Amino acid sequence: MDTLPIASPINAGVIDKLRAGDRVLISGVLYTARDAAHRRLIEALDSGKELPFDLVGQTLYYLGPSPARPGQVIGSAGPTTSARMDGYTPPLIAAGLRAMVGKGSRSPEVKEAIKQHRAVYFVTIGGAGALLARSIKKAEVIAYPDLAAEAIMRLEVEDFPSIVANDIHGGDLFQQGRASFQKDSL
Amino acid sequence: MRKIEAREITEAVSRLCQQANFELGQDVLQALKKARQREESPLARDILDNIIKNAGIAREEKLPLCQDCGTAVVFLKVGQDVHITGGDLYDAVADGVCHGYAQGYLRKSMVSQPLSARTNTGDNTPPVIHTEIVPGDALKIAVMPKGGGAENMSRLVMLKPGAGSKDVTDLVVKTVAEAGGNPCPPLIIGLGIGGTAERTMLLAKEALLRPVGQPNPDPEIAELEEAILKRVNSLGLGPLGLGGAITALAVHAEVMPTHIASLPVAVNLQCHSARHQEVVL
Ligand code: SF4
Repeated sequence: MDTLPIASPINAGVIDKLRAGDRVLISGVLYTARDAAHRRLIEALDSGKELPFDLVGQTLYYLGPSPARPGQVIGSAGPTTSARMDGYTPPLIAAGLRAMVGKGSRSPEVKEAIKQHRAVYFVTIGGAGALLARSIKKAEVIAYPDLAAEAIMRLEVEDFPSIVANDIHGGDLFQQGRASFQKDSL
Repeated sequence: MRKIEAREITEAVSRLCQQANFELGQDVLQALKKARQREESPLARDILDNIIKNAGIAREEKLPLCQDCGTAVVFLKVGQDVHITGGDLYDAVADGVCHGYAQGYLRKSMVSQPLSARTNTGDNTPPVIHTEIVPGDALKIAVMPKGGGAENMSRLVMLKPGAGSKDVTDLVVKTVAEAGGNPCPPLIIGLGIGGTAERTMLLAKEALLRPVGQPNPDPEIAELEEAILKRVNSLGLGPLGLGGAITALAVHAEVMPTHIASLPVAVNLQCHSARHQEVVL
């Protein structure tokens, strides 16, 4: 199957072309954030404080890695369940977040925000953290170090494998994929 | 009376925590390879290839199979003729978890108070320990690092006693369908039927310790396992929920006697990163 190389931050022109089911290799910068970091980002947004990094145009990766062994960039580094971030996501997208990487499907509100603000949601391979770590070339904690595995990291990645799950056209790979293989409607 | 030193238990648990996180069982690997052959979706086949490749990298590089190194669930079968010396049994197990997660560079995912504080305990303790006293003078320890993604999609339902295998099947299918891609399919489905509310949940988890795809010895239950697997795989969720023929690798059901008024059913989902290792001391 064809894969499309894309750079992150992802420019708006590329977002328009992505379709649910497209396979991509992401190179560039990703910021990690899980539940606790999301809560703090939203608190900062709500109280008008400055965010620890400029969110506009950026890509968030829902990741809390295992610790790096000495000499290694990072430990195991696969995605966590995106649905837990659903409540926080529409305001972040409205504030300029352009792309997210995680696992599992999103809420109707997130899908709507993706369409409205022209963003994209990718999934990557849940449970393949050892493999995915190979695409991560640099990792640095840039905010909330007290959150340990949940701190925000700035990652530099090369050819990080992902799949477009939700696009600006309303495409949803979870619905489409399942529909193609469903043999039982319950 | 056979004596077992607490220190031996700590060492064994530490080793098992690491081994379980680095080495996917051969039974799981074989089941994944078989699934790869049967899968119809090209994207899903590619995902399965990557999952299989991930297992190789983890084993070689001693890198956790998944960054979620789980709650350390520890099953102890303590022979009644065993005497633990030199320390407390549960402390010995907790020390093993603490040591294993530090030495293996495993992620520490436990928080202390679950509601407001949610402070990381820093060493992945406390473990969840299930103890059974059995005949003999051996101590069997099984360590199962259980990730949050799949555990969160578990379910307990008290069915009406007249409900039959169709209702049980429907319940499992519904649970898996609603979980979608969250628990990282392809899954192994642990199913507990009977007992009481808390006992059947444990039964469902214990069922996950069985080698993948080994049927229940009771032909009726084995048949039920097969029927549920077929229904689950007809959902079309596929690996990671992105569509495909293989949503689950196996269904492991365990049954036990129950009350005349009850039919408790527990579903404990296990992701494809089905990690557990055991040793007999
Ligand atoms: S569900 Fe399993 S494979 Fe997926 S992220 Fe959690 S522990 Fe890892």
